[in-house]
Amino acid sequence: MMPDLGKYAQAVLSSYAVSIALLVVLVAMSVWRARKTRRELADIEQRVRRDG
Amino acid sequence: MASIWEYANPKKFIETTDRLLPWLSVTALLCLVVGLVWGFFFTPDDYKQGSTVKIIYLHVPAALMAINAWMMMLVASLIWIVRRHHVSALAARAAAPVGAMMTVIALATGAIWGQPMWGTWWAWDPRLTSFLILFLFYLGYMALWSAIENDDTAADLTSVLCIVGSVFAVLSRYAVNFWNQGLHQGASLSLDKEKNVADVFYHPLLVSIAGFVLLFVALVFLRTQTEIRARRMRALIARERLQ
Repeated sequence: MMPDLGKYAQAVLSSYAVSIALLVVLVAMSVWRARKTRRELADIEQRVRRDG
Repeated sequence: MASIWEYANPKKFIETTDRLLPWLSVTALLCLVVGLVWGFFFTPDDYKQGSTVKIIYLHVPAALMAINAWMMMLVASLIWIVRRHHVSALAARAAAPVGAMMTVIALATGAIWGQPMWGTWWAWDPRLTSFLILFLFYLGYMALWSAIENDDTAADLTSVLCIVGSVFAVLSRYAVNFWNQGLHQGASLSLDKEKNVADVFYHPLLVSIAGFVLLFVALVFLRTQTEIRARRMRALIARERLQ
């Protein structure tokens, strides 16, 4: 199944590894910050409603 | 038909993008998996570049998005300057880290590809250099947003920076055409079919590009929602302090 990458195997595999890792980090950080901000805003809105 | 300016309303923007996000994310993931698996496993080696041609499925889409993300930021910044819609300024802010990451991927895969092909990781070639400057503009843009407390002032100043940086976004795209020197080859995609890469590489490349575009749109939607919420949070905290 794995294609024969010959003498360039290291270059090709490291390109894929670096790019996929960076994309995963970008998506994970975006989702994490989105959830954190949503939660914090809900808390503040609740506090504002409660305290008038 | 609803006007596009309806989406300048933060509530409407969040409602609409909330509905679109699951579809966009699934389609982006599907296109990325299909494009990259097709390109990596089911395309032949190039007669000149050997198996390194497989790097094209990451390098070209990332470089394309690095430039187009800045162009999207430019349009959003101009909308902010002309119409003062907060959502557009926040969308520009949201796109910057995504564009910066695309630039890093393009630079990294370019260096890894360049080493075996050119015998060097880096050269002060017009395209490579303009791309590095574009990356520095991304860093400067994000730093400027973080450095200024007042959101409107930050949006004004970063919009001006974005307009200036657009010169380098355009240069990154056309550097090869402007200066016939350096190591970087011409564009891999062209409206002139003769100049395009061979069909066997072209089709998976298109799918991969579609994946990167959809991922960019999904991330910008999600991050703009976050920026809208963060802005509201800052406003509520400021109001609480005044009371």
